[in-house]
Amino acid sequence: MTTNELSPEEVRDTKIYLEWGLTDQEYDLIVKELKRLPNFTETGIFSGMWSEHVSYKKSKPILRKFWSTNERVLQGPGEGAGILDIGDNQAVVFKAESHNHPSFVEPYEGAATGVGGILRDIFSMGAQPVAVLDSLRFGELDNAHTKHIVDGVIAGIAGYGNAIGIPTVGGEISFDSVYAGNPLVNVMAVGLMDQNAMQVGQAKGIGNSIIYVGAKTGRDGINGASFASAEFSSSEASDRSAVQVGDPFLEKLVMDATLQAIREHSDIIVGIQDMGAAGLLSSSSEMAAKAGMGINLNLDMVPQRETGMTPYELMLSESQERMVLVVKKGEEQAIIDLFQSADLDAVIIGQVTDDGRYRLNFKNEVVADVPVDFLTHAPKQDLPMIEPARLANFTDEQFEPDMGNVKETILTLLAQPTIASKSALFRHFDSQVRADTAIKPGGDAALIRIRDTQKALAMTTDVNARYLYLNPRLGAKMAVAEAARNIVSTGAKPIGITDGLNFGSPDNPEVYYELDQAVSGINDVAKKLNTPIISGNVSLYNETDGQAIYPTPMIGMVGLLEDITKATRTAFQKAGDNIYLVGRTKDSFNGSEIQKMQTGRIDGQLFDFNDEDELAAQQFILDATDRRLLNSAHDLSEGGLVVGLLESAFAGNLSFDITVDLADKYLFSETPSRFVVSVSPENRTTFELIAGDRATKLGTVTTDDAINITTTTSDIQLSLGETKNIYQESIAWKLNAE
Amino acid sequence: MKAAVISFPGSNCDFDMLYALKGFGVDAQIVSAKHNDLTEYDAIFLPGGFSYGDYLRTGAVARFSPIMSAVTQAANNGKLIVGICNGFQILTEAGLLPGQLLTNRTPGFICDDVALSIANPNTAYTNAYGTEEIIHIPVAHAEGNYYADEETLAKIENNNRVVFRYVNNPNGSVHDIAGIMNENGNVFGMMPHPERAVDAVTGNEDGKNFFKSILSGILAGA
Repeated sequence: MTTNELSPEEVRDTKIYLEWGLTDQEYDLIVKELKRLPNFTETGIFSGMWSEHVSYKKSKPILRKFWSTNERVLQGPGEGAGILDIGDNQAVVFKAESHNHPSFVEPYEGAATGVGGILRDIFSMGAQPVAVLDSLRFGELDNAHTKHIVDGVIAGIAGYGNAIGIPTVGGEISFDSVYAGNPLVNVMAVGLMDQNAMQVGQAKGIGNSIIYVGAKTGRDGINGASFASAEFSSSEASDRSAVQVGDPFLEKLVMDATLQAIREHSDIIVGIQDMGAAGLLSSSSEMAAKAGMGINLNLDMVPQRETGMTPYELMLSESQERMVLVVKKGEEQAIIDLFQSADLDAVIIGQVTDDGRYRLNFKNEVVADVPVDFLTHAPKQDLPMIEPARLANFTDEQFEPDMGNVKETILTLLAQPTIASKSALFRHFDSQVRADTAIKPGGDAALIRIRDTQKALAMTTDVNARYLYLNPRLGAKMAVAEAARNIVSTGAKPIGITDGLNFGSPDNPEVYYELDQAVSGINDVAKKLNTPIISGNVSLYNETDGQAIYPTPMIGMVGLLEDITKATRTAFQKAGDNIYLVGRTKDSFNGSEIQKMQTGRIDGQLFDFNDEDELAAQQFILDATDRRLLNSAHDLSEGGLVVGLLESAFAGNLSFDITVDLADKYLFSETPSRFVVSVSPENRTTFELIAGDRATKLGTVTTDDAINITTTTSDIQLSLGETKNIYQESIAWKLNAE
Repeated sequence: MKAAVISFPGSNCDFDMLYALKGFGVDAQIVSAKHNDLTEYDAIFLPGGFSYGDYLRTGAVARFSPIMSAVTQAANNGKLIVGICNGFQILTEAGLLPGQLLTNRTPGFICDDVALSIANPNTAYTNAYGTEEIIHIPVAHAEGNYYADEETLAKIENNNRVVFRYVNNPNGSVHDIAGIMNENGNVFGMMPHPERAVDAVTGNEDGKNFFKSILSGILAGA
């Protein structure tokens, strides 16, 4: 037996399994099922497979509610990533993943390996990754520690994504003190494939070979899945050994070779799975479970980077850039040759069996022998939920912004990190490699052309967690609606959703309630939009010292534009164009940026949202872009009308002259279901005819430096140059301030 | 004209270059850096990326790959050699172009459209551009800060071998140098990516005349 490992009795008596995240009840269940004490290795593999990060045992009862089927869905949740039919025998593949805990401990590697992991999910399905988006949340930019995390995360995403050559085309970044001890790093990847290249992670066929491909296994990220399923405490030292180290160069070799293997050898490849959370353990056991088979692995064959590794370490390591392939018996050499010609390890480490056992051999001993089904199905947990006490206490009055000096308010608002341009951060990402990026970061959604077709894919990530803090269900609805407005602003039709559900501890009934309500809210609007939720990720335990983050379900959405020449952008295009507001503006101030700016907090009942109004507004924008009536389109969100107008002006380097039939405060209202569009004089009549009373003319685009805004209460003059400078530079100023 | 686009392990702009060349009707092919023969090609393109992970130093490992002896031979035979971004870095490491690309003045990767002036309009790379033209071409690099000693710089400048200059220097390059050629004019390197600026749908076509320049030169000489 392996030296220095606790005996089964010692495992029982020392209760080391508690440290690994298994409960006493779960341990007892294992003993009962195995009819003996599990040894050290077996206890370790149960702790990995039954962690929330791998098993979703706590979130599954809620996640089951997700609506995930329609006419486009080729693959829903349960595989590496979801797949949607986009016609012409092509498909789009996408998924999001979180790397929150590792990014707090080791920002660079945490973020870098987040990119690497999600890309493997995409190419293991047989798809060429074409784009990456990031949804990031940090604490306020007023302390050195947060700046260190921001710098590290940005550099990590850049270091990995740029090198592997997949463009980082968008996403969103915002700042709030609730994320200071628990930043969020969610990465979404999008891939493109021919439908006949589709792969699944299955280990079928008795005697077929399990082939290990890619990087060697080291001691990095040991039992990282359990690490990701626990809360942080600032008094305990951070667990750096649970963070993995990435090598984008190696991943590019693995990616190119895997895609080549699928192109050239799809007849002999039975299944492909990347090694993500819980590494070799979860990839191999889940492949066996999906096929209803067993697996024998010989751990002596696993390529190793370090000496003296134990079975526990080999199985639980989260070393990056590794894949598992199941290949038909007798046909292995073609696959091994292909990977070896790319200078990659490719080794047969085991076989598919028909006995349903998960069996590990190490130095001529069986070190684990457990039922696959039992290992891969953690005991379900029904957790209590209760409405958070704060919700009942919120006032139903909307916040009344202080309009003492409107011009000063606008300038201060533009400097808020959540509003100000993120270009100082995004410029570190290569957004143009592959030369397909039609709309770069800074637009409502990114747009990627599909070569050799007229089509393009729009993509975005979005969520305003402040809204969910005030009302989890309504806030989640608004998150989906806003993501769809982002997509629609480019002219593309929303077709599907991936999510990144970031919440606090599910063991807290109030947090569990938030999760349940958020999923219901996402479902409500997803069904209306016909955008099924085809993949996603759950990250729980986002708490430090008992302080949970805002409920933050990131919505990643993809849209399809049938004719890329109809793409519409945020930027005003031409002086003399007419500017319209689409949608009605109401008292929508609780949870708004101006409330946060003027009071330092978020408070009160969330303003209302009507999904019929939302759908109608989106359909109108789609019709207008399809008829090529719009010169620009931009959805309104944080900061309201004035921020939306200014963003279109800044992007086009043009000014505007408008009159709004509203009081000053409504410039800052965040009423959903609204857009700002510009229309050329030639198209004005047609536009107004189809718009009816849906659109209100505000004024025109101008060329001089002066921006003029007239409300029912004020005449406001701004300088385009001065305001744009504040908007562009504020983040850099804050990062560089001592 | 037959063109080779060299694919080093870690190259990631090889297909962008291939598609750009094909878009101009060039018979272009990807050639692995493991090969050592380029005799059948008239022009050789070293694309952007992170060859061999750019570990150690950008381009420092790539210069020892088998293909580089064939590239050197082709350069000596007067064939056209074009290095973009990492390709430029490899050409300086291999000694086919003078100077060195250092870490950006403000360290960190930058991706942006930058304005370039045509420093020498009478080259195989610029003859289709207007003399006074300012063009916008994307950059994407962390090590694009061109450096050469005074003596080398004087030689380059006196022979009009600076081909493109930055209008607003993004990386600290001496003399705002964005692209240079060798004494014979057949070996050229630049940090910006013209192959990313050849298509209206991506919003930038300023790179088109770069390819047109190369094509007109090759066709005239053929």
